[in-house]
Amino acid sequence: MMTLFGIPAGALFGQLLLGLINGAFYAMLSLGLALIFGLLNIINFSHGAQYMMGAFVAWLGLTYLGTNYWVALALAPLIVAAFGILLERTMLSRLYKLDHLYGLLLTFGLALIIEGFFRQLYGISGMPYAVPKELAGGWNLGFMYLPIYRAWVVIASLILCLGTWVLIEKTKLGAYLRAATENPALVQAFGINVPVMITLTYGFGVALAAFAGVLAAPIYSVNPLMGSNLIIVVFAVVVIGGMGSIMGSIVTGFMLGLLEGLTKVVYPEAAGTVIFMVMVIVLLIKPAGLFGKGA
Amino acid sequence: MTSQSVTTTAPSSGPSRQTIFVGILLVLALAAPFAVYPVFLMKGLCFALFAAAFNLLLGYVGLLSFGHAMFFGWSAYITAHAAKEWGLTPELAILLGTAAAAALGAVVGWLAIRRQGIYFAMITLALAQLMYFVALQAPFTHGEDGIQGVPRGHLFGLIDLSDTMNMYYFVLAVFVLAVLFLYRVLHSPFGQVLKAIRDNEPRAISLGYQVHRYKLIAFVISAGLSGMAGSVKSLVFQLASLADVHWHTSGEVVLMTLLGGVGTIFGPTAGAYLVVTIQNYFASAGSWVTIIQGFIFVICVLAFRAGIVGVFAPLLKKRGIEA
Repeated sequence: MMTLFGIPAGALFGQLLLGLINGAFYAMLSLGLALIFGLLNIINFSHGAQYMMGAFVAWLGLTYLGTNYWVALALAPLIVAAFGILLERTMLSRLYKLDHLYGLLLTFGLALIIEGFFRQLYGISGMPYAVPKELAGGWNLGFMYLPIYRAWVVIASLILCLGTWVLIEKTKLGAYLRAATENPALVQAFGINVPVMITLTYGFGVALAAFAGVLAAPIYSVNPLMGSNLIIVVFAVVVIGGMGSIMGSIVTGFMLGLLEGLTKVVYPEAAGTVIFMVMVIVLLIKPAGLFGKGA
Repeated sequence: MTSQSVTTTAPSSGPSRQTIFVGILLVLALAAPFAVYPVFLMKGLCFALFAAAFNLLLGYVGLLSFGHAMFFGWSAYITAHAAKEWGLTPELAILLGTAAAAALGAVVGWLAIRRQGIYFAMITLALAQLMYFVALQAPFTHGEDGIQGVPRGHLFGLIDLSDTMNMYYFVLAVFVLAVLFLYRVLHSPFGQVLKAIRDNEPRAISLGYQVHRYKLIAFVISAGLSGMAGSVKSLVFQLASLADVHWHTSGEVVLMTLLGGVGTIFGPTAGAYLVVTIQNYFASAGSWVTIIQGFIFVICVLAFRAGIVGVFAPLLKKRGIEA
């Protein structure tokens, strides 16, 4: 068997692939958090719950309506985003004039409610979600076995992340968005409807989370608590990257996922904590975050 | 935000209204175990102390820590381990737990105050999760089982704390002393500087105050007292478990403070007792505790930001009572 640095190559690449997949989820979630934070100045604590809702909408659709994976991938983000927009219009929008911490507390409360309801209804054991048959199976690459679904997750998340980057950095709509992030009052004075933009941005961030949830459903089991532990890691990712740049969020997410995978091979005991350790080091060296501006 | 308390010296002789108000509360607390289940009262006191310590940061420095469970839970582990494995007397075990929490608070505070506002909350949450994983893996914490059957021991080698009434009055004494200490800190020149930082940090800096140093000291005090609450709790329930270090506990202490009234003296206590009551009442009803707590969060943030005591504070203030 081939080895690298005394580690079986299959195990190494297998863990790196897992790391890449985790990184894809970190990237998609931190991207949504950064977008929402940029315009709303709110840290969306219910992001993890909305990711879980995406997975659940897919599972419910498959179980009760027989809608397949591809329909879920298209519809679940829209459904969860509609729910998010409802929350933004009825509750979050009342808090914009207050200290930003209230937004964090409100979305934390919402996360408790959402998770509590799903736990009450579906327990915590987790429901399996079959890999769609188009993406079942895998390829033997010689040095490792690559399940097709996992390759798809990495590719889909890359397309999504880069698409979002293009949308925000290269289109007119993105230019409005960036301008509103800098100075909402001025943008409004130019005749752009900033409140609608804020609402849609929140919906878009939530849709990203729900899309990630659908992607995650066949890999991790669909579980009411799947979001809450993930979101804390994503917060650490956001602190490491800083929320200043879209590309920064994407790169940081994937890098930290890979690092976590590598840790699982080299020193498995630290795999759960390595991202937090990196956060400590970044805080010591560059408190604003790798891609952040100011403090 | 809150107007400074002008020291309302009683015009004539006799105790001030503040003294009478606190006196009535104390008498109630002393009599309570004859009317109410003492273990419930002790649980409430532990969380009241925890929330009061947390409130020092949120209410008086304006720092929202989302990771205070790490101090509460880790000092519970240390006190439980010291009392059970090393046979320390309860007061020493509690002091050890408190000191450990303060030391942890010094490290965490030093890291976290590099960033402000929302980042501060996220950093404390992430560091608490780090400490949760450490607790999950460290052998002495016994993982999912926790440290069970912690002996309450004899206070100063004399008073048997396995007697529920003795334990209650001991917990009450710890609580009263700690709250008096907090009151003293807040009404000292140091406390005034903290409030100045909360209300206008750039101005405090321009006046020459070492803002970071003040924040760090406040963080260490808050962490130490949160640790004291966790230590006492581990003796009351004779158990230190993963639940105490979980982020859920960090959220609960935020809820208690918010519900009772951020930046008030008695608010955290009121909030703690309400949340503990809800926990007990719905303990057997699955996830309903979580759902109800979520709703209280939402209602407090949207419509009830002053909190229970905060609503009455202005009325009491007119009568010379600081609530």
